[in-house]
Amino acid sequence: MPRLMGVDIPNDRATVVSLTYLYGVGPHIARELCHKAGVNPLVKARELHEDEVARLAALLDKDYTVEGQLRRQVSQNITRLRDIACYRGLRHRRGLPVRGQRTRTNARTRKGPKKTVAGKKGVKDLR
Amino acid sequence: MGRSLKKGPFVNPKLFAKVERMTSDGRKEPIKTWARACTIVPEFVGHTFMVHNGKLHIKVFVTEDMVGHKLGEFAPTRTFRGHGGKGGKK
Repeated sequence: MPRLMGVDIPNDRATVVSLTYLYGVGPHIARELCHKAGVNPLVKARELHEDEVARLAALLDKDYTVEGQLRRQVSQNITRLRDIACYRGLRHRRGLPVRGQRTRTNARTRKGPKKTVAGKKGVKDLR
Repeated sequence: MGRSLKKGPFVNPKLFAKVERMTSDGRKEPIKTWARACTIVPEFVGHTFMVHNGKLHIKVFVTEDMVGHKLGEFAPTRTFRGHGGKGGKK
């Protein structure tokens, strides 16, 4: 299996698909990469030539922020928001939605599993 | 949706003029302001603003990292005092 950007070993699927296994590479960038590297996007990743892999790796290295680097960038951005104590930073600190979504209901992704409060209206209905 | 680039960032002209005046005089005093929607521009760095939150003026010292944000982002308008507690609400 070909190796790209260190640890990632996309499997034996079409190159466009297997490229999306990299953090920071979605369908759009995967297509772009295949196009720029002159690789047939539909050929199985397993059948990629060594120099084709090298070209993809070079492109990723040069023009894209992926994997660890991207993760670091994202967490740095969040840390910056936290440190300057702006509204978005406060929401991050609290673990609440940052972009103005409602929190009366939903927002479960940010708030985590439901914490049922005894005596609150609606608890009886849940049983 | 973001603001049109053609217009540039919104900066309260009165506030900006005041900051300019203070910079040229070399004064550094807190500026009381209600202009929460005003974008922080590089000229503001190092100044202190008293940003209105609807009730009080919150002291905001502008650092370089804050450029591009709005003054209002640093003066929260709501206070969350927590849910529950003994015997529910008091």
